Amino acid sequence: MEDLKEKEVVLDVKNVSISFKTNVGMLNAIRGVNFTLHKGETVAIVGESGSGKSVTVKAVMGIKSSNEKINSGEILYTYEENGEKTTVDLLSFSRKDIQEKYNGKHIAMVFQDPMTALNPLLTIGYQLTEGMMKHLKMDKKAAWARGEELLAEVGIPNPQLTMKSYPHQLSGGMRQRVVIAIAISCNPDILICDEPTTALDVTIQAKILELIQDMQKKRNISVIYITHDLGVVAKVADYVAVMYAGKIVERGTAYEVYFEPRHPYTWGLLLAMPDLNTTEERLYAIPGTPPNLLKKIVGDAFAPRNAFALNIDFEEEPPVFQVSESHEVSSWLEHPNAPRVEMPDALKRRIARMTGAANQKGGAANE
Amino acid sequence: MSEKERNLPLLEVRGLKQYFEIDGKHTVKAVDDVSFTVEKGTTFGLVGESGSGKSTIGRSIIRLYNPTAGEIFLDGKEVSGRMTADKKRYLTTKMQMIFQDPMTSLNPRKKVIDIVAEGLDANHLYKTKKEREEMVYDMLERVGLNHEQANRYPHMFSGGQRQRIGIARAMIMKPELIIADECISALDVSIQAQVVNIMKDLQKEEGLTYVFIAHDLAMVKYISDYIGVIHLGHFVEMGKKEEIFNHPVHPYTRSLLSAIPDPNPLTEPTRKSATYDKNAEGVDYTKGKKNFLTETHMVLATEEELARWNA
Ligand SMILES: Nc1ncnc2c1ncn2[C@@H]1O[C@H](COP(=O)(O)OP(=O)(O)OP(=O)(O)O)[C@@H](O)[C@H]1O
Ligand SMILES: Nc1ncnc2c1ncn2[C@@H]1O[C@H](COP(=O)(O)OP(=O)(O)OP(=O)(O)O)[C@@H](O)[C@H]1O
Ligand SMILES: [Mg+2]
Ligand SMILES: [Mg+2]
Repeated sequence: MEDLKEKEVVLDVKNVSISFKTNVGMLNAIRGVNFTLHKGETVAIVGESGSGKSVTVKAVMGIKSSNEKINSGEILYTYEENGEKTTVDLLSFSRKDIQEKYNGKHIAMVFQDPMTALNPLLTIGYQLTEGMMKHLKMDKKAAWARGEELLAEVGIPNPQLTMKSYPHQLSGGMRQRVVIAIAISCNPDILICDEPTTALDVTIQAKILELIQDMQKKRNISVIYITHDLGVVAKVADYVAVMYAGKIVERGTAYEVYFEPRHPYTWGLLLAMPDLNTTEERLYAIPGTPPNLLKKIVGDAFAPRNAFALNIDFEEEPPVFQVSESHEVSSWLEHPNAPRVEMPDALKRRIARMTGAANQKGGAANE
Repeated sequence: MSEKERNLPLLEVRGLKQYFEIDGKHTVKAVDDVSFTVEKGTTFGLVGESGSGKSTIGRSIIRLYNPTAGEIFLDGKEVSGRMTADKKRYLTTKMQMIFQDPMTSLNPRKKVIDIVAEGLDANHLYKTKKEREEMVYDMLERVGLNHEQANRYPHMFSGGQRQRIGIARAMIMKPELIIADECISALDVSIQAQVVNIMKDLQKEEGLTYVFIAHDLAMVKYISDYIGVIHLGHFVEMGKKEEIFNHPVHPYTRSLLSAIPDPNPLTEPTRKSATYDKNAEGVDYTKGKKNFLTETHMVLATEEELARWNA
């Protein structure tokens, strides 16, 4: 990460707000989301189930439900074609346009369940070469040869045979590798991964994460990575966006969010996750439940669950406070007139242990 | 510890084999000669990659399958072999399983009260309707749900709440042993913490015993006293959790431990996990024998392998 150089912005998500029409009223799933993605870097989006992670990235892909309504915002995508830089607002296109023009070729997505991304009736080879023939105008033979190369690249031991196999003949980990191979086959600028390893066990997960890191380095792809697992985030992310009830409540570099977190929700999230050194009798669980998005949210959505909430948290939505050039927090605690509230001691201890361990060992800190 | 060791184990599994015939020609040896004991009031963690046989062990023990071979003792009484009505009752009252997916394991058309009372109904464990209701309400309260929620349907609950309904359904039978199969894997970190805390509280209050199956090794380490590492139907290593985490010997255990992502952005981005390739290592699980490095720490290995891995 060279902070000094001017970074190239690939995706700029600006004030996006999305609702769903339901039989009991409008559900305000995304309430003003902002983040930027730079060339070659990874932004991880973390947050509770239902906080709006998938809806956000699906908007980037042009995947919309029939009852979905975009209320406001822009998703600016900047790319180079024939030596010229172009910026477009992905939200201004129809789904069909996005899929024709951008999906696969420019922006590709890996879903949680590889089975939903693969057609059980078609061979891996067919599904892998289809996009390359369409977007890269390759002929069948060249695409097939490239397909074999890609399978080898994602660590599939017998590419020739696998090209002729059907999805059900592969294990879960192999299938996810195939999906990644398909996703990178047309050299996208942006790769979106929505919980790509949740269904897999740790050994396969580790290999797939290393694979994505590897691909990213080789091809300078920008990645948006969604996961619940803060261990995974630590491995892949340059930037972390913490989402709560349809808003990004804190974002910053991975270092800032893990070691200098400011939002009480981020504190709760970090505390709830045991690591290999956790010995506390009880794990910290964030009290209460997420807000009902069918109702209008007044003030800070996290306030009812926040032990540190101020009066104003129940009345007015907090603005975004800039903590550093890269670190933003949406919490009244950052207001200059707010009382000084420190993160819980247990979290302080954990952070001290982690930064200490890293200083001592530099590299491998698994024990 | 020594006091505990004098206790009879609550669960004893000896030489359990569970084979599945696929098409008359092929047999899947899902579990192949597995032995372990679990002492009362402790938690035995079962870890291993997908398809290694973890769920099958649980399912064989509660007799969703008929084991191919082996003996199982529950509180000193044999529960393997031919099933009788007596054995069945003994099993269902002493042992319960919590399943991985809270949504598919809860009948969507039944109200929570009837789901939680399933075992009570099947075993006629109450005299009046009122008594049944009270038992359910009491149990719901224990897992942090309230009476009003008893008349709702499962889809009206969040993932964590549904999982607690599953726990209540198992707990109401007052079992001594609970087999929890990936019961938190699908949940958010914060909800995972809620569920694990409830499980720990119940263990403390009621002396419950758990077999805890999970992918997440940080969580397994947190909750377990003993850990069994399973690969391709064999226990390759077993021991106290400190033995497994601090002194892993088997290369499979080591690769598993190295694959755990550490939530530390300073060190994690550059760390590489270890690879284990059984064939490249030339390991044949049927040739290895059970080596006890301590009274509790077992490694499956031939003499040559053990020397190599210990070097
Ligand atoms: N088609 C739809 N109709 C109505 N509500 C929807 C629809 N799709 C999503 N939602 C709601 O929008 C909110 C955000 O959903 P989203 O799938 O983005 O959550 P998420 O953060 O990805 O959660 P998870 O971690 O569980 O995948 C949720 O409250 C969800 O119920
Ligand atoms: N009823 C069955 N018939 C045939 N094969 C089976 C059956 N149940 C399990 N198996 C096979 O037995 C092996 C062990 O399966 P099991 O479900 O116990 O794995 P697991 O360790 O629980 O994996 P996971 O972590 O994916 O849940 C697998 O190869 C599986 O395909
Ligand atoms: Mg999602
Ligand atoms: Mg299983």
